Amino acid sequence: MALIEIKNITKQYTSGEDVVEALRGVDISIEAGEFITIMGQSGSGKSTLLSVLGGMNHPTTGEVEMAGVKLYQLPGEKLADFRAQNLGFVFQSFHLISYLTAIENVMLPLAIVKMNSAAKKSAARQALERVGLGGKLDRLPNQLSGGEQERVAIARAIVNNPHILLADEPTGNLDSKTSEEVMALFRELNTFGQTVVMVTHNPDNGAYSDRTIHLKDGMVMGGQV
Amino acid sequence: MQLHTISINNLKRRKAKMAFLTIGLTVGIATIVTLVTLTRSMSSDIERKMDEFGANILITPQSNGLSMNYGGISLGGVTFDQREILETDLARIKTITNHKNISTISPKVLGGLKVGTQDVLLVGVNFDSELKMKQWWKVFGDTPKNQGELLIGSDASKILNVNPGDELKLKGEIFKVSGVLDQTGSQDDSLVFASLPKAQKLLGKEGKITLAEVAALCSGCPIGDMVTQIAEKIPDAKVSAIQQVVEGRLKALDQFKRFSYAMAGVVVFIGSLIVFVTMMGSVNERTTEIGVFRAIGFRKSHIMRIILLEAALVSLLAGILGYAVGMGGAKLALPFMAESQNIHLIWDSTVAFGSIGLAVMLGLLASLCPALHASKMDPTEALRAL
Repeated sequence: MALIEIKNITKQYTSGEDVVEALRGVDISIEAGEFITIMGQSGSGKSTLLSVLGGMNHPTTGEVEMAGVKLYQLPGEKLADFRAQNLGFVFQSFHLISYLTAIENVMLPLAIVKMNSAAKKSAARQALERVGLGGKLDRLPNQLSGGEQERVAIARAIVNNPHILLADEPTGNLDSKTSEEVMALFRELNTFGQTVVMVTHNPDNGAYSDRTIHLKDGMVMGGQV
Repeated sequence: MQLHTISINNLKRRKAKMAFLTIGLTVGIATIVTLVTLTRSMSSDIERKMDEFGANILITPQSNGLSMNYGGISLGGVTFDQREILETDLARIKTITNHKNISTISPKVLGGLKVGTQDVLLVGVNFDSELKMKQWWKVFGDTPKNQGELLIGSDASKILNVNPGDELKLKGEIFKVSGVLDQTGSQDDSLVFASLPKAQKLLGKEGKITLAEVAALCSGCPIGDMVTQIAEKIPDAKVSAIQQVVEGRLKALDQFKRFSYAMAGVVVFIGSLIVFVTMMGSVNERTTEIGVFRAIGFRKSHIMRIILLEAALVSLLAGILGYAVGMGGAKLALPFMAESQNIHLIWDSTVAFGSIGLAVMLGLLASLCPALHASKMDPTEALRAL
């Protein structure tokens, strides 16, 4: 059975009397350990799809099943708990917390986990070392370059060993050299078994993934993939 | 890393904003502390002054149907010849439970005398306690320093045609008029005051007194209880409270307190508004941050805890600073607000803990709405990009 099953997802937004269909009957199946890139033009619905996949955006119809759990049938705050335990997010603008150091930012997902302080620090240090920032633990975000901030964001996303790593345009704000380094890092994480789903508009990034899903007007090009 | 680490680091690294919030709340709390402390100190001062101004308990002999009065009520010129209280009885007043509330005891002996062809009412008093109790007395000349000196009421001085420095013969004994009272509008204007032992001797009432006035300090002291306690100690005397004096004092103080508390209420409201607006602004500024927290799995309750903990820490600091600044302000303002020179600032632990508790409660209440607003943020909308 696939790790992620997206079944007939639709998502509509209403703006006054207008109804915008961001997703129209999307069916996707993702296996554990896959590296998927989702590509499409601006407004194609790829970011909406990622937010639905990340348990943050209730679809209008359809279902997302992840590791046997139907996400949008989880009651109340259980969905937040699911995100905390199973998902890692890398955002386009990194979204590091400006008043926390690199290691504190990485420890953020562990703030709500019952672990002793030393274990949290050790896990965060290991995650930062994996992304090559072992020497900059105590830097604040504004003391790091764009590429380094992206790496801290990746370390924060993997510190809780999530089933799936979701990334939204992770190279959107980086120069080409740094983008290549970051993509190589995602590939490396994937080779160690990390499932990665990445939204990107850069065709070069597709080369790092196992599979690329193309979205157009809220639909998957070529039907179910 | 715990949730409180986030709150503390936010406060530590966003000093300017937190300083603004702290200052806003500190000013509010300081104003309340200053107002409350000034009110209490001034109330205490006013109470003390009012207590010193005149008597609020009157001790008279048990009457057998005779009207015996003083303070606007006629003595009738005939009925002083009745049972007197012994001067030694008065010592027992100081043994009552509330003896610490007694400010002044002013014993008096009354009796009629002839000066030439004029009938006068001689009042024997203890000048020290009498002058302490009747601080509104204005004396032309000097106050009597020894038993050979008299103090004359203004009307009596005109009728007897005496001025300060003149001599007056009472029952064949020459006395010096040391001073004349300015018009008081009371029965004091027509009296001749001599020292108590001398008056007792002239009137043939050695060791006896006709009445005693007691000034009791009102604060924390039930006058009614004191009346009962004195009556138990001097069973032969009739002890009564001058209710209108007591109630007048309490009413004046009550009005002053109500005004201060109303002012404090306005300041509390403004302080709450400052916290509310600042916290709401802070939450709106941190929309993305809260979106990140929600995206990585923080529950709504976690977000609320972060916001409320920040508010509690800032409020705690503001409460402590507010108390210190408020007391400093009260100390500086007190000399300008009070008339007496020896007014004391009241240091009260209730105000200290109350102001800190109020600050924390205010901070939490005013932050509750922003915290709820933050916890309900949709992570997708908060992050926008995602």
